[in-house]
Amino acid sequence: MYVSKLVNDLPPSGIRAFFDLVMGMKDVVSLGVGEPDFVTPWHIREKAIYSLEQGCTSYTSNKGMPELRKEICAFLKSRFGLEYHWDNEMLVTVGASEALDLVCRAILEPGEKVIIHEPCFVAYAPLVKLAGGVPVPLITTAQEGFKVTPDKLERAWSKGTKAFLINYPCNPTGTSYTRAELAALAKVAQKKDMLVLSDEIYDELTYDFDHTPFSALPGMRERVVYLNGFSKAYAMTGWRLGWAAGNEKILAAMTKIHQYLVMCASITSQMAGREAIKNGRPDVLLMKKEYNRRRNYIVASLNELGLECHMPQGAFYAFPSIKSLNMSSIDFARDLLEKQKVALVPGGAFGSQCADHVRISYASSYDNLREAVSRITQYLKARNGGKEQQ
Amino acid sequence: MDEILDILINDARTPAEDIAKMTKKPVAAVKKAIKKYEEDGTIVQYKAVVNHEMAEGLSAPVRALIEVSIVPQKDVGFDHVAERIYSFAEVTSCYLVSGSYDLLLIVEGKSIQTVAEFVSSKLSPMENVRQTTTHFLLKKYKEEGKIFKQPARSSRLNISY
Repeated sequence: MYVSKLVNDLPPSGIRAFFDLVMGMKDVVSLGVGEPDFVTPWHIREKAIYSLEQGCTSYTSNKGMPELRKEICAFLKSRFGLEYHWDNEMLVTVGASEALDLVCRAILEPGEKVIIHEPCFVAYAPLVKLAGGVPVPLITTAQEGFKVTPDKLERAWSKGTKAFLINYPCNPTGTSYTRAELAALAKVAQKKDMLVLSDEIYDELTYDFDHTPFSALPGMRERVVYLNGFSKAYAMTGWRLGWAAGNEKILAAMTKIHQYLVMCASITSQMAGREAIKNGRPDVLLMKKEYNRRRNYIVASLNELGLECHMPQGAFYAFPSIKSLNMSSIDFARDLLEKQKVALVPGGAFGSQCADHVRISYASSYDNLREAVSRITQYLKARNGGKEQQ
Repeated sequence: MDEILDILINDARTPAEDIAKMTKKPVAAVKKAIKKYEEDGTIVQYKAVVNHEMAEGLSAPVRALIEVSIVPQKDVGFDHVAERIYSFAEVTSCYLVSGSYDLLLIVEGKSIQTVAEFVSSKLSPMENVRQTTTHFLLKKYKEEGKIFKQPARSSRLNISY
């Protein structure tokens, strides 16, 4: 009775019980993990340790250490030709999640709508709601490679829509967009005068073409709030370090909330982040090469097993259909866990229309993936065998 | 580097079928490429990297790094002397290096005495060997890119969004 209705009504969804089941089980081969299996590269950790030895334990500037913000801006310029001013268009946050929370609170009036594609990361709709907004789901389908099309985006718009939230490469589908595809979406955003909240946390893990930041499209810089961080590219999930770039006014509003909320991101993480963005490119490319091989392996294996799976263009997830099994993703996940001790995430976690898909993370060693494929093969064999006897 | 080789260098056990999936190549093409590498000597050997401290019933060999200064010979340079040295079974690796000596050897034996015996009776007396310095290995921390004793690290949650 002490909890507000708004918070009370938010999920933990029905799969919480499934998560608890996984956590309590031993010898599980997990394909359910949403973070890299690599440890943060040593030179980055070493820099953080050294900073502690030097006594760097204070607050930093609210917006983040100038040296780090300058470094991120320099990186964006050299990598994508994007120009952001380090002092008033860049904010260092506690993970990209905080940046997303900040932008929702900074831009939304009560009742304003945000279009969010589904399937999508679980936090988007709750964060919009917590900021007083209304999430409007835009359902993407396997037939379309889970892509938002300009037509669908335009139809999802209605009066009172403030923004369109896009995540690419996408958790859980791995879907990403070419420059031309993004340009078509950008036109709709301009036509309907929407802001674009672009979560590009997996940008460095784009395999089949070059990643294009949404804000790099002509005329979009002022309209896009560019969200990113260090977690996925540099295997730094536990450091909780992200950033937002965008137009000065929105960034100033976000900074206002940020300074009251957390003051600043941890100085140790910022020190590590600076080293990562300055010298971590070879590590990123090595990890990407490894993920790419695993992607090809797992997608080919799943399709071979009859679990139809489109080729994800980025991130480290495959999102196969389990329609052929005639069971819901939560039932499949539970059954597979109980019989073969393989953990994956039921699609229902990522959207109301995803109950016939599961998310498989290939942020797991080749040996683990191989073992998982072998166990899923056993599971399907036993299942088909059982059916034939009936 | 060829992707197939790159995969095998990392894990020589990877079956051709899996390499085919990883590289989006036909299985037959992968098998053919591997066969070619084996035949032309690109792939020399497949072997396990073993942490002898962990291997029960397998006594760890004594290993020494030996710096060798040699006198190069006319026309054949260092190669001829190197060949005479690396042909000994005790020499498991042999490198020509820059710096204050010429050859760096890794020599293995059952005991310190065996290695010392090799140095004193076979290596040092060789005509073109001017000087040797022997360093016995005391502990192996890392080999072939693998850290032998992994530090305890917090394991990831089995499931997360």
